[in-house]
Amino acid sequence: MDFKSIFKSTEFGIFIAFLAICTILSFATPNFLSVYNIFTVMKQVSFIAIISVGMTMVILTAGIDLSVGAVLGLVNVLAALFIKKFGLAPGISTALLCGTFLGFVNGIIIVKWDLPPFIVTLGMMNIARGLALVITKGWPITGLPECFGCLAEGKLIGMPVPVIIMIIVYILGYLFLSRTIWGRYIYASGGNEKATWLSGVNVNKIKVLVYTITGLLSGLAGIMLASRLSQGSPITGTGYELSVIGAVVIGGTDLMGGKGSVLGSLIGASIMGVLANGLVLLNVSAFWQQVILGLVIIIAVAGGSMRRKLSMKGEK
Amino acid sequence: MKKKIKNKYILEMENVSKTFPGVKALNKVNFNLKAGEVHALVGENGAGKSTLFKILAGAYKKDEGTIILDGNEVEMTSPKHALDLGISVIYQEFNLIPNLSIAENIFIGREPRKHSAFVDFSKLYQDAEFFLEKIGMKKDPKTLVSELSVAEQQMVEIAKSLSFSSKIIVMDEPTSALTKSEKETLFKIIRELKEKNVSIIFISHIIEEVLEISDRVTVLRDGNYVGTLNATDTNPRKIVQMMVGRELKDFYPKIEVKRGEIVLEVKNLTKKSKYEDINFQLHEGEVLGFAGLVGSGKAQVMRGIFGIEPPDSGEVYIKGKKVKTNSLFETIKMKMGFVPEDRRKEGLILSRSVKDNINITKLPLINAYGFVKQKEEEKIANEYCKSLNIRTPNNKEITQNLSGGNQQKIVIAKWLAINPKILILDDPTRGIDVGAKNEIYSLINNLAKEKIGIILISSELPEIINISDRILVMREGKITHEFLRKEATQEKIMQHAALRN
Repeated sequence: MDFKSIFKSTEFGIFIAFLAICTILSFATPNFLSVYNIFTVMKQVSFIAIISVGMTMVILTAGIDLSVGAVLGLVNVLAALFIKKFGLAPGISTALLCGTFLGFVNGIIIVKWDLPPFIVTLGMMNIARGLALVITKGWPITGLPECFGCLAEGKLIGMPVPVIIMIIVYILGYLFLSRTIWGRYIYASGGNEKATWLSGVNVNKIKVLVYTITGLLSGLAGIMLASRLSQGSPITGTGYELSVIGAVVIGGTDLMGGKGSVLGSLIGASIMGVLANGLVLLNVSAFWQQVILGLVIIIAVAGGSMRRKLSMKGEK
Repeated sequence: MKKKIKNKYILEMENVSKTFPGVKALNKVNFNLKAGEVHALVGENGAGKSTLFKILAGAYKKDEGTIILDGNEVEMTSPKHALDLGISVIYQEFNLIPNLSIAENIFIGREPRKHSAFVDFSKLYQDAEFFLEKIGMKKDPKTLVSELSVAEQQMVEIAKSLSFSSKIIVMDEPTSALTKSEKETLFKIIRELKEKNVSIIFISHIIEEVLEISDRVTVLRDGNYVGTLNATDTNPRKIVQMMVGRELKDFYPKIEVKRGEIVLEVKNLTKKSKYEDINFQLHEGEVLGFAGLVGSGKAQVMRGIFGIEPPDSGEVYIKGKKVKTNSLFETIKMKMGFVPEDRRKEGLILSRSVKDNINITKLPLINAYGFVKQKEEEKIANEYCKSLNIRTPNNKEITQNLSGGNQQKIVIAKWLAINPKILILDDPTRGIDVGAKNEIYSLINNLAKEKIGIILISSELPEIINISDRILVMREGKITHEFLRKEATQEKIMQHAALRN
């Protein structure tokens, strides 16, 4: 990749916006640019950012997954339950498996019955959230072993563990999308599903794969949140699907499929995290924060589409 | 507005130029039109035809030059303005709304009213009937457009133009989706319009039909005006020469290849109400042409063999081995490739690079534990760009930005990458310019030399006759005749394609 193409890339544009927001906030508030605060922001961002890797893949295939928040919630509850019953490692892995399975079910229904992903995952969102409430009867599950808290609150080489997990997930996600044949197939089927199928690619398998990965990552985030709050609560992750989709979209991934990257989604999630943090530091009320986040999503997408139109004009 | 005293022409476009960022699309182009004349506009893709008529239609603004309409200098500011001035365009992709009736489509946005707020339907249908009659279309104006054939939809577009009392009608590739008899009807209507003093600007790729219908022909090349000829004193060869800027020595090159063993055998292939009892064999190094009208089932048979729309019954053998599952995953494994008719919808991932498109069939072979071997990927892409002469700045270019001919070569390259034994080409030269067509024909020859068995479907008979070794003619889902190359003529093929005995 040469310098010019980096400069022209969508990710570069969003990164500049991200830097601009950071610069403004570091002048506006004295505490923003401290190591402690930066780690706090990254830790907060990590849950959304991890799921965004899966969501990026789903959206690249021109799909959508509305069930991530609910799957996160159910796995959150299951993790607490299983850890108490079977112990730490077996509990975590079983819960993770459940998340993966729910994602797999999403994918299988979408391809076998040829249904719109929006509908299937909307259904799954209700099912998973409902099950979480059924299992817990609406009460949080507490009394988790203390060492479980290390997963979210501990530090490794000076960095919070969730941040390290996020970085690993991103490196893997990046390599998967840009270097493997499955990554190539994901971009291809999002760009033109029919042509990809006619080239002998089993597009259905690819679709099941991306929903399964998203289920796995939602589960991972659910377990990390259980560790952070040292409880399993059936309402964890409510509304996360919109934050995750917001992060991916701010990151420049095209909802029509075929265009985007996990790097963009990481910057997108960071912009949302930094803004939320900065607005708190600036004593902006939580209600106004929502309004501003909404505006940012619209402005970011409008900016991206304007860039695209400009570059298309240049090509014509 | 300046008055000019020139009554010979109803339209004169002089020294019209248009620049898009990075491209000079038109460079001082001249075009004029007499009343009641059919004036054809020809040129390769990218020659500037569409830019020129879009300026006339008010869709683009010209940078320089003058347009004189009926002796007055005019400047089209919008498509609506052009319509008001009596210029209408029938685009290749029609602007009709399928779930509305013929009458509603003709008068959309200007329906007759009663009591100011309600549509006066009886007047609407009456008025529509009047314009349909003018072009001899016997259809109830209440019929929904979705129930019409492509040819009938086109006639609705023409009726719509007349309802604007247009004096100039631009037709962009009007025959591309028509069968032979539908084309005859269209030409009849055009001739009638001429009598009524309507002028037609006729844009087409098919030189023979251009010469059949037009009075004069203007040729553009690379945005430049090449010249205007009277249709009566020119010939297809001359026009192609002007379009390409050089003489094509042999437009249909054909090398005789000794045919080898049978690579493909089709037995009793049947799909209900599509095709019936299809039997044929294809040999190594053979080009087998399939001729037939639209709806004869030739394309469906190929889609059935490849496994896109599997047949109901019958067998397919590749190199003597039976295809079991009727799925394209299996036929591709058995080294069959398929170049679809619609390369933009089915052949290419337009948003991806040349390299990605060429390698998509090859990825299972060039990876280690799922990681793509990027050097090999690069090498394969560069090899095919070179050997097929794909003109692209580099292999990272987005395929959307390439011309039709180069796009088609990419689709072919992607199949060559699997070392195919059989290659099915469904209308491979559709919508690509003359120079690129010639290159595709040479390519087909070279592939035959490499012992690939090739099936060629085409809507252009001269192409089938000159490129194929053997020709099968289909009609109404059945193979009606087999010709050897030397026996076939257009007339003979049409007899078996169109007539019941």
